[in-house]
Amino acid sequence: MIRLDTVSKVYTRGARPALDNVSVEIERGDFVFLVGSSGSGKSTFLKLILREERPTAGDVYVAGRHLNRLSSWRVPHLRREIGAVFQDFRLLPNKTVYQNVAFALQVIGKSKREIHQNVPEMLELVGLAGKERRLPHELSGGEQQRVAIARAFVNHPPILLCDEPTGNLDPGTSVGIMRLLDRINRTGTTVLMATHDDEIVDQMRKRVIELKGGHLVRDQDRGVYGLETV
Amino acid sequence: MRLRFIMGEVWTGLRRNSTMALSVVLVTFVSLTFVGAAALTQMQVQQLKDAWYGKVEVSIFLCPENSLFEQCAGGAVTTVQEDEIRAVLEEGSVSDLVDEVYYETREEVFENIVAADSTGVYSQLDAADLGPVFRVKLADPEQFQVVADATSGLAGVEEVKDQREVFDQLFTFLNAATFVAAGLAAVMMLAAVLLITTTIRLSALSRRRETTIMRMVGSSKSLIQMPFMLEGAVAATAGAVLAIGGLWLGTRYLVEDWLTGSIAWVDYVGREDVWTVAPWLVAIAVGLAALASLVTLGRYTRA
Ligand SMILES: Nc1ncnc2c1ncn2[C@@H]1O[C@H](COP(=O)(O)OP(=O)(O)OP(=O)(O)O)[C@@H](O)[C@H]1O
Ligand SMILES: [Mg+2]
Repeated sequence: MIRLDTVSKVYTRGARPALDNVSVEIERGDFVFLVGSSGSGKSTFLKLILREERPTAGDVYVAGRHLNRLSSWRVPHLRREIGAVFQDFRLLPNKTVYQNVAFALQVIGKSKREIHQNVPEMLELVGLAGKERRLPHELSGGEQQRVAIARAFVNHPPILLCDEPTGNLDPGTSVGIMRLLDRINRTGTTVLMATHDDEIVDQMRKRVIELKGGHLVRDQDRGVYGLETV
Repeated sequence: MRLRFIMGEVWTGLRRNSTMALSVVLVTFVSLTFVGAAALTQMQVQQLKDAWYGKVEVSIFLCPENSLFEQCAGGAVTTVQEDEIRAVLEEGSVSDLVDEVYYETREEVFENIVAADSTGVYSQLDAADLGPVFRVKLADPEQFQVVADATSGLAGVEEVKDQREVFDQLFTFLNAATFVAAGLAAVMMLAAVLLITTTIRLSALSRRRETTIMRMVGSSKSLIQMPFMLEGAVAATAGAVLAIGGLWLGTRYLVEDWLTGSIAWVDYVGREDVWTVAPWLVAIAVGLAALASLVTLGRYTRA
């Protein structure tokens, strides 16, 4: 589903690479944690998959596409197969919960019928049924992140990328979000989640990829956050 | 769905940036009014040329008895010389350009002058002081100079005159006015482009969140950029519509009522000419907006 082949990324010439010769393969339906300290290259890893950044060296393959050779007008099609969730939610403050989720379908040209059908279904899935008409500022952080997940997943993409989705949430709320991501993963969706949150990683016992200063230092099935805790 | 979405976004954008949108409307309004005024002036010039040049004759004055002109030192024109001049006009190199030649005897010339003169001064003259005149109607009035060159050197010709000289001053004035209007229009259009550029930029910045999300969920580049382009185009087109309205009112009340009332013998441009110019003004407005989008959008809504 996702394959990085000896990928390096250098943002500014002469600077230390954000990613250095990283090779990883992620299968369809996997749940993978991407861990590492701040500045280790986690977000860069995700941006390469979203084709927000291009690798300096090496090849990136996503959903059967060779991203190095993907022409820019085809990038939107790639992004329709990837849902993305961020630490800061990125909701539209003047749109309701329902409108925020519907927006993602509107702007890729889905019909009204599809929107009417999919959005309530998705809000049900993330546990926000009954809160459709609220504005983001009338929701808790956890609820806002659920809206963001609903928006990312409403088009049922085969891949869901999460960049520190629990970074702004307290541990209790984070557990709820993780349950939700786990549920989404069980539908066959490949989930790749960058995180700092060791408790979550330790609890979930999923595959863990660890970056350190841009190097891949660990790729472990059913791993925990830090090696030393094993 | 998409159309409704785009229209909604355009409307939101225009409302959110209403002062900027209004200034775009006003600047395009003024600039296109100048463009339209310049175009109408040129249409007026062309119309006058068509109307007047057709009536204009070239007059070849032949030598009278006591001419002050050097080329008439040989005395009054002779019949042989007259025939030679007529031959040049009717069979010579310029015969293609000549439509009709009419010979006025000195008596006829005298009668015409006296008839046109209300002061009575010219009646003191004697027909014998005047020379006969060839009145030449040209097939193409613009070719006056060629005919003049071919005849002015001939023996027995005192002077070749064209009534156009009178009009040409007016045309010089109208052309200068066109230039001034076009120059102002150019400056205002530059201002319009810069203003539209700024409007698009502000609009793009104020909608960063939306466009970021649109990119993330895989919206096409055209859908992301279209609202901004249309915003500029809508504002500019509104300016064009105002300009057309202004020109219409201008021709209706200034030209058709006032000018026609004061100088009636001229055939003026009218409201129907405004409709000829109108589509061009709209096209220019859209072009300005497109130009502004082109230089701005790439930078502010990256794919
Ligand atoms: N756009 C950019 N231009 C220049 N350097 C960048 C850019 N984005 C990231 N970097 C650098 O690349 C390195 C990796 O950054 P990245 O954002 O991938 O780290 P991260 O693991 O996501 O960190 P965090 O946990 O703090 O989010 C850092 O040293 C960062 O300064
Ligand atoms: Mg990061």
